[in-house]
Amino acid sequence: MRSGSRRTPDRPAPPRADSARTVARARLRERVVHGMFLLPALAYLLLFFGYPVVKNVVMSFQQYTAATFYTGSAPFVGLRNYAKILSSDLFGPALLTTVLFTVASLLGQFVPGLALALFFHRKFPLGGLLRSLLLLPWLLPLVVSGTTWRWMLDTDSGVVNRALRDLHLLSSGVPWLTGTSQALVSVILVNIWVGIPFNTALLYGGLQDIPAHLHEAAKLDGAGPLTTFRHVTWPLLRPVAGVVLLLGVVYTVKVFDIILVVTGGGPAGATETLATRSYELSFEQFEFGRGAAMGNVLVLVSLAFALVHLRANRRALNA
Amino acid sequence: MKRTRGWPSTIAGIVLLGLMLFPVYWMVNASLQPAGNVLRAGWFPLHPDFSGYTTALRDQGGSLVTSLVVAAGSVVLSLALAAPAAYALARLPLRGTGVVVFGILVTQMVPGIVVANALYGAYNDLGLLNSRLGLILADSTAGVPFAIIVLRAFMRSIPGEIIEAARMDGAGRLRVFRSVVLPLSVNGLITAGLFVFLFAWSDFLFALTLNTTDAVRPVTVGLYQYIGAHTNQWNALMATAVLASLPASALLVVAQRHITAGATGGAVK
Repeated sequence: MRSGSRRTPDRPAPPRADSARTVARARLRERVVHGMFLLPALAYLLLFFGYPVVKNVVMSFQQYTAATFYTGSAPFVGLRNYAKILSSDLFGPALLTTVLFTVASLLGQFVPGLALALFFHRKFPLGGLLRSLLLLPWLLPLVVSGTTWRWMLDTDSGVVNRALRDLHLLSSGVPWLTGTSQALVSVILVNIWVGIPFNTALLYGGLQDIPAHLHEAAKLDGAGPLTTFRHVTWPLLRPVAGVVLLLGVVYTVKVFDIILVVTGGGPAGATETLATRSYELSFEQFEFGRGAAMGNVLVLVSLAFALVHLRANRRALNA
Repeated sequence: MKRTRGWPSTIAGIVLLGLMLFPVYWMVNASLQPAGNVLRAGWFPLHPDFSGYTTALRDQGGSLVTSLVVAAGSVVLSLALAAPAAYALARLPLRGTGVVVFGILVTQMVPGIVVANALYGAYNDLGLLNSRLGLILADSTAGVPFAIIVLRAFMRSIPGEIIEAARMDGAGRLRVFRSVVLPLSVNGLITAGLFVFLFAWSDFLFALTLNTTDAVRPVTVGLYQYIGAHTNQWNALMATAVLASLPASALLVVAQRHITAGATGGAVK
């Protein structure tokens, strides 16, 4: 704003108001005022998203370690950080786990989420209240949910194994968190539990936006509930479903809290993802350069997921 | 499909909700057991024991206060940044609005660990490690984009005539924003504020990475450290979990309308 208004006194005032210039100046002033509304938030976003992204790219090419904080030097090492993390035996499993975790979580959240959304879409007494209470798992701090599930899934004292034993479904406990193959299933289940309410809420919102008369028309035409869903509800819900899945991908790929709390990445690294690996490299081994490289790989995976999703979506819409 | 169904659906709904909320019940149940032997917790807390809460409040009372201060600070900062920006993006004829909105959506793809990784070095230089301000600034990375999206949707729904009328009366943009747009956006501000509060209250990653001491320790980190240190004191651990769940639960009961609005408002994202 200042740069715009400061210019005025420097120049001699025109003897007659040059209307065109006044208008132009007023317009400029106006635009500067408008910009001022946006500027603080824009500055914040650049500092806290733009800077970290750029800085991570720079760091990933540097030998940026704990020593950097004392000496202030972070020598350029080219692609060595990437070579180190990509050639590590831990990388392949972490990448695979990230993909499995994301895909399984998405499917596991979306299908029950959609079922619940359809269920609540049929109006019934107390439906609204129940629907909003359902949001609770999504609103709780992930550390809280993780802690609770960790205790529930404990092999010896956990309630899940106890219920299974009481129902005589199995005699010995399932090592939910200590078995290398079970642990991944467990963290996926916990993440699904957290994500179902989110899916339900968004899909319910999408269902609400579908004009009721379309359903009534389908019914008049003698369509059963399944046909109505396939030919009326689903096509109209598709855009919202696309948004839900895209958000799901973006949020699930970077999940960190749940894994760290429920399994700590274990047992034997069975639940390590790119996000937890990046954390460990930076904040446990103080190899910030490699942590940054791993973080960048995570961003690339997230982008790849999003692109695959967008392409699949476009193809489906064109078809 | 919109035909009103009867109570059988309600009963089915209650059963489904009961299944989904069972872990929450179990957390409360565990928090009411006597110290140590939660191993054999009954299905119901027939003899509730509040010693877990005494221990939790003694050990984690300070962390709860820290969480409260940080979350409140994040609400103030996020709304102060987001409200004018949302107004500009919703109502002002700015060039590049589309680019900015797209940029805000892209921020959602940036993993927290990437932000933390870069901020650690910057915070170290600026002396922001182990500070409430540093944590408030970092936690608002969840709040600012969300608040902009929600408030923008809200402010777009304000009738243009009201704003035009104020402009005709000679009110400047700032005046219009302060005296017309903000008062009409109270509901949006509450919705956005509630979620920003919950985001910051739930933060774990930044609290874990941007603090090297226990000087600023929110309850999420307190709980995490508890898991390592007190695995035999499950009642205190679970009591802490219950205390950490209070804001979300209370807001869901008190401000149900706003929470549901915000949950679907996020869909616009």
